Amino acid sequence: MALQDQTLPLPGIVPDRTGSDRTDHLLVASMVERGSRVLDVGCGDGELLQLLESRGIDGRGIELSREGVNRCVAKGLAVVQGDADTDLVNYPDDAFDYVILSQTLQATRQPRVVLENLLRIGRRAIVSFPNFGFWKMRLQLLIGGHMPRTENLPATWYDTANIHFCTIKDFVELCDEINVKMERSVALDLYGRPVPLNLPWWVWNMFGEQGVFLLSRGGKK
Amino acid sequence: MVDIASITSPVPSPGISADERSHEADHPHSLLAQFGADQPLRLDCGVDLTPFQIAYQTYGELNADRSNAILVCHALTGDQHVFNVHPLTGKAGWWEIMIGPGRPLDTDKYFIICSNVIGGCMGSTGPASTNPATGKLWGLDFPVITIPDMVRAQAMLLDRLGIDTLLCVIGGSMGGMQVLQWTAAYPQRVFSAMPVACATRHSAQNIAFHELGRQAVMADPDWHHGRYFERSTQPHRGLAVARMAGHITYLSDAALHRKFGRRMQDRELPTFSFDADFQVESYLRYQGSSFVERFDANSYLYLTRAMDYFDIAADHGGVLAKAFAGIKTRFCVVSFTSDWLFPTSESRALVHALNASSARVSFAEIETDRGHDAFLLDVPEFFDISRAFLESAGKARGLKGKAFSSEVDSGSREENVSTKVSG
Repeated sequence: MALQDQTLPLPGIVPDRTGSDRTDHLLVASMVERGSRVLDVGCGDGELLQLLESRGIDGRGIELSREGVNRCVAKGLAVVQGDADTDLVNYPDDAFDYVILSQTLQATRQPRVVLENLLRIGRRAIVSFPNFGFWKMRLQLLIGGHMPRTENLPATWYDTANIHFCTIKDFVELCDEINVKMERSVALDLYGRPVPLNLPWWVWNMFGEQGVFLLSRGGKK
Repeated sequence: MVDIASITSPVPSPGISADERSHEADHPHSLLAQFGADQPLRLDCGVDLTPFQIAYQTYGELNADRSNAILVCHALTGDQHVFNVHPLTGKAGWWEIMIGPGRPLDTDKYFIICSNVIGGCMGSTGPASTNPATGKLWGLDFPVITIPDMVRAQAMLLDRLGIDTLLCVIGGSMGGMQVLQWTAAYPQRVFSAMPVACATRHSAQNIAFHELGRQAVMADPDWHHGRYFERSTQPHRGLAVARMAGHITYLSDAALHRKFGRRMQDRELPTFSFDADFQVESYLRYQGSSFVERFDANSYLYLTRAMDYFDIAADHGGVLAKAFAGIKTRFCVVSFTSDWLFPTSESRALVHALNASSARVSFAEIETDRGHDAFLLDVPEFFDISRAFLESAGKARGLKGKAFSSEVDSGSREENVSTKVSG
């Protein structure tokens, strides 16, 4: 059976995708205060930016692909062509209230430097990334002996753009190391539903398909 | 034996008479705004230019609340005839591909204005115009002008037309420089701006190419220190060489190779002379000779000089971001991958400064091998971006009409269940 065809064997979970907006986008948007200024790094075709602007948020974007930029401009969004690894340094300190890095951290060359830049440019950062500690990933490596591939990450190891995978646990440790404060953390399952809050970290790291974090600068250590 | 005639006279003599051109400089086939002694143009060099005139063209209709005006700024060798037959050459307007009903600069929606720059030779006051104080042509007595001077004159034209705020200022190359100067000098009068294939300052390499062109003009014995018109001649060889050199900088290695390669012109074998054996030579000679028919050599000197002097940051304490501090204008910066005259890095520097100023900026680099001139050519991606940017600006400004309603997109949004980065 192809990996993509496998179904989630967890009971009682029904896909909940009836609206036009992605659940993770709605979650990110719910973390942003109205009237604030936001930079979306790796904004793709501008779906999240459109959602934010519809909520009265002043949004800007950076996108690597020309096609993505052109589609964004066609939607009236303010997006520049650029690279998270090389172009964030050009933004001044405190330029934005929030800087969003949605599903892009794992594709950067220097995730730590990028993360530090996010919290230099923005007073807060919202970061989401695929969790490599997700049970399906672990199972494929453990049982199949292959580098994991999933519905959301279907590329093979030799052609993937994602060069720095991490688990939720790894990310939490990095945040601690560079003195970043976690204001809110949410793990979403395969269907974009939050893993219940009252469960311990290891459950998140196991059943969260992606992690979404609201971060701020930590105090002095 | 080498054919001497083909070296010394690489271009045919001009087909459009100097009289025709001279007449066009004072009495253009264009709309004309004349400014008397009560409205001098204060130039950066310290001179008050008066009287002076601006020749301009308009297309489309200005709406009732005067909110749909777009100013097109032309490049070095362009003029105000963007969307009509050129009165001297009889050729189509230089941006007909971009302007007209259904095109990005849609004349059914927008009121398009394009004026000949100050220092030009197509009806706005410049070195080819008659100096009313002497009754003779200005020539080199004309004061040296700058990009800010051109824009100051355009602002006076808009005052005359009763237009306070432009929906957009758009232009490529030297036109893009004017766009940037507009936003730096009159940010409140520019709702949106589209600087294309340009830079916030002229680089050393660009100044060097311009100097080459000017020296070619001035080395022509027919130049006569800029008084060639008094001897019923003109430095057509020098100006043609300047144009040839300039034209190479507007193209790219790949574009030249694709267009001409090493193909021969009307012959199979080399002639062992300095005749135009190669197609690329023949093409450049044609470009040179057709240019001198419509352009004034002194005007070429003045306009290249204006570009050389352009440096927005220098006018703002050396900090580019200061030029745009607090600006509300919506920007769409466009560059082309194969443009080595105004490379993408220049546009990127502009974008960084605009970001640092918290300006609302979009930036797209368009992939093409056609070099700097790509903004004048059929590059669909550029048209799509221009159209979308202008429509979103129109929408934001509250223009009425189908294209500006806010329902675009909302119904057709895809339901995408996978995450954005796949694998």
